[in-house]
Amino acid sequence: MNSPFLLTIITFAPIVAAVILFLMPDEGRLDPRKDKARIASLRTAIRSIAAAATFISLILGLAVYFMVNQAYAAGQTGFFVEDGPWTWVPQIGISYHLGVDGVSAPMVLLTGLASFCGVLISWGIDDRPREFFAFFMLLVAGVYGVFVSLDIFQLFFFYELAIFPMYILIATWGWKVTREYAAMKLTLYILVGSVVALVGVIAMYFLVQGAGITASFDIKDLMAARDAGVFDKPYVSLPAALGGGMVSFAKAWFPFIFLGFGVLAGVFPFHNWSPDGHVAAPTAVSMIHAGVLMKMGAYAALRVGVTLLPEGALTHLPWLIGLSLVNVVYGSLIAMVQRDFKYVIGFSSVSHMGLVSMGFATMNLRGMTGAGLQMFSHGVMTALFFACVGMVYDRAHTRDIPSLGGFAQRMPLVAGAFIIGGLVSMGMPGLSGFVAEFPILQGLWQAASSVTLPGGQPARYYAVIAIFAVLGIVITAAYVLRVIQRVFFGEFEEDKWHDHIGDVTVLDKVALAILAFWLVAVGLYPPIMETMVTAGMEPIARLLGGA
Amino acid sequence: MFGTESIPFYQIAAPILPEIGLLILLLIVLSADLFLGPSRRRPAGIIAAVGAFIVMAANLVVGLGMVNNEAFAQPVLGGMLRYDMLALIFRTMVLLAGGLTCLIALDVPKVGQQGEFHAIVLVATMGMSLMSAASDLIMVFLALETTSISLYVLAGYLRDTPASAEAGLKYYLFGAFTAGLFLYGLSLLYGFTGVTNIYALAEPLGRQLLDGTNGSFALALALLFLVAGFGFKIAAVPFHFWTPDVYQGAPTPATAFISTASKAASFALLVRVFGAAWPDAVVPLWTSILAAVAAITMTLGNLLALVQRDIKRMLAYSSVAQAGYTLMGVIALQSDLGVASVAFYMFMYVLTNITAFTVVIIVSSATGSDEIKGFAGLSRRSPCLALGMVLALLSLGGVPPLAGFFGKFFLFSAAVEAGYVWLAILAVLNAIVALYYYLTVIKVMYVDETEDTSPIRAAQAPTIVLAITGAGILIIGTVAGPWLAWALAAAQNVTAMVP
Repeated sequence: MNSPFLLTIITFAPIVAAVILFLMPDEGRLDPRKDKARIASLRTAIRSIAAAATFISLILGLAVYFMVNQAYAAGQTGFFVEDGPWTWVPQIGISYHLGVDGVSAPMVLLTGLASFCGVLISWGIDDRPREFFAFFMLLVAGVYGVFVSLDIFQLFFFYELAIFPMYILIATWGWKVTREYAAMKLTLYILVGSVVALVGVIAMYFLVQGAGITASFDIKDLMAARDAGVFDKPYVSLPAALGGGMVSFAKAWFPFIFLGFGVLAGVFPFHNWSPDGHVAAPTAVSMIHAGVLMKMGAYAALRVGVTLLPEGALTHLPWLIGLSLVNVVYGSLIAMVQRDFKYVIGFSSVSHMGLVSMGFATMNLRGMTGAGLQMFSHGVMTALFFACVGMVYDRAHTRDIPSLGGFAQRMPLVAGAFIIGGLVSMGMPGLSGFVAEFPILQGLWQAASSVTLPGGQPARYYAVIAIFAVLGIVITAAYVLRVIQRVFFGEFEEDKWHDHIGDVTVLDKVALAILAFWLVAVGLYPPIMETMVTAGMEPIARLLGGA
Repeated sequence: MFGTESIPFYQIAAPILPEIGLLILLLIVLSADLFLGPSRRRPAGIIAAVGAFIVMAANLVVGLGMVNNEAFAQPVLGGMLRYDMLALIFRTMVLLAGGLTCLIALDVPKVGQQGEFHAIVLVATMGMSLMSAASDLIMVFLALETTSISLYVLAGYLRDTPASAEAGLKYYLFGAFTAGLFLYGLSLLYGFTGVTNIYALAEPLGRQLLDGTNGSFALALALLFLVAGFGFKIAAVPFHFWTPDVYQGAPTPATAFISTASKAASFALLVRVFGAAWPDAVVPLWTSILAAVAAITMTLGNLLALVQRDIKRMLAYSSVAQAGYTLMGVIALQSDLGVASVAFYMFMYVLTNITAFTVVIIVSSATGSDEIKGFAGLSRRSPCLALGMVLALLSLGGVPPLAGFFGKFFLFSAAVEAGYVWLAILAVLNAIVALYYYLTVIKVMYVDETEDTSPIRAAQAPTIVLAITGAGILIIGTVAGPWLAWALAAAQNVTAMVP
């Protein structure tokens, strides 16, 4: 199916908005006292431009989502809604090529939801709003670009494009106590991972070129090279300490590419940046950051690592799953003991993202479908969580759990939304969390008999991992319920908070409603998403022998 | 070359068009300086800048018009110069850098208001233009010295300021010493072969290696002397010691010029000499020497930049590190991508570093210091300048959609293609270290508060420069194809022997 420029518009609408915002008059030149009316109208214009751009992308993203759904229903396979390929730097095989499939279409929708709601929630930003929204738009454009790229170079281009606005947003508008430290830590962590993966992809390109096949960074050409077995030929000799002998490119580079992107997906032990980053970021950025950006890492690890180097995946994922298990259990245990409301959610992201990589590591269709759904479900859920945390913090000016209490009385809708998010994160049936996490666990059981280790024996320990993963979900229930009980219920201390705890604005409510709607919709009627994710994961699972 | 048949005039004039143009311009600037009153000499600078741009455009138009001419990519003036795509591209760079330097110097007190400064910039530019095209050992040395001596003067231009005087002297002493080594290396090469043309050296040297009349030890010695000479010019470790002091002490427009044009022209020469003069048997030797130099240069440059408090010193160490990255492209000279990535990277580097130094000039004239602290609150005091600095720093750091991203990508690709995967990985890790200190400056501009919150207003000339370079950084960073095509064209005939 070809619908020209749809994906291009989705990606470039925020960039256009950013450029317009940078060209707008600078309010610093106006006198805050004399030009009050002008400043107010300027700010309204700034916010409206940002909201309009993200709204356009959201609506078109929704359209793309349903087009992909229909295409699968009509029995088509491959990538849809393609733009390009158009030559960009032809001398080295770089093209501009956009397209989505069943894995990326939900991610595009997720980006739309989180970014639009993020703009609504940031309506009240009053420190340099022009710069805030302009950098926010660049961030959003980078994220969209990653999800719609079919050219791996282009994927990197947008990947790095997303990271820098993030630094400025967190360092400038974040939580004063840790923002500089957290922003720097986050940026450096993510970049180290991505550049190592970049070198891997460059090496991949020259390997294909050396093999005499059409070499380019286009994923279709690289997939053709994969099918021709270019990545499975002996490539490098191992040092004697690792057993010696020649190994293939796929086996040698897979851990670096997978973990390189995995840094952004919060894979243990490279998760350390994430809670700090989430907590320090301003609310809208936390939403994008935990909600969408971490998915970007998982998505790229799947698209570049697993899809192009399946032989490497078969060798390495059976041990990498151990890291995911640590993520799930350790992340939730740490969330349990946090006093800071936002850190609880931050560590819960680490825990839930562990389930995503665990789903990849099952290497069968059921588990991978679960991982794909979990990316969407966790994205929306965590955006909702951070929105709620932000709203509580904006009013209480503290996130210390023991000193909060009874907030459901003052902001009932926020409490309601948080409870929905909480139930999703516990995996309650009827909500999207169940639809996502249950197949992952099923996939793990299935993998215990279907996955064979490089040595030839079946990977029985997958069943043990499933048991521990369930344990992680139980712990999740414990910390989520604890937070709900302490923050939203219990006694509201009138004399402590005086009267400044009011309800949230209409825009906030709209944002919460949009996010909560999708959690319930996917939970009640899974086929609107499960069918396409399954269809999108099917070719990848087939490569791994698990379809 | 100068046969009996008469050569059309344009074939003699076109290859040295920039030199002719700059010489005329120099005379105009000096006369303007003579006839304008002491307090009204600003027009001299404008003439120099506009003139440099006109020469650049003329050179480009004539050059591109001659690409398909049989006189193109041929030795000219008795083999002294070689008029090819590499020369064309690097001459464009140095002329651009020269013009921009004159513009940003215009409003710097005691520097740009005199014709002298601009005249010396033009002489240096002329030397660099010759360096870009030189294909004979004698011409190489003459061009190098024309450039260096003018740059010593520029570095010490504020002679009553101790820092500037020290910068000039230090630059001169280092330069004189390494020039001696370099000249010795050249004389060894001449002694071995009896020829001075770069393109004629490889064949006799290779033959002597084979039949044993000249051992590899002697050749390695000549090679090392040449590496020392080039190492000084491009500020590679361990010949970089002058860099921080000269960058800090020299008037900032001179620093901008030294860090960009001089480095670019030196890389052009390096590519030509190393690409053409060495026989194949020596290639593994010099690539491994340069790989070691590159690895040490980028690592040490970045680590030392981390601890700097002065923005000019920080940029000095950053420029050391950038030289280390660019050396990766030189190492990969055997492939077209190697030469192309050097040309591409230098072009982006010229634009980017001039942007950075322009902002430094404006900000330090407002705050009165070169400390990184002085940038505090810049995002409130002047959002445009802050954004310009962000563009420059992130482009140096290699972030899309800025020119540096493609520049680094091509360099890394060239290194991987040449089989230096370890160097590419070291370079990307270095790029991350570099981002730490670039981001620190960005943090200071956006996050830190300052007591003085009065808006900073930039003068007209630097604003024009920022507009040109900023747009250039963005355009090269997004539409990279055509520029890479040019750079690849430069690669195609640079190492070819004289027919």
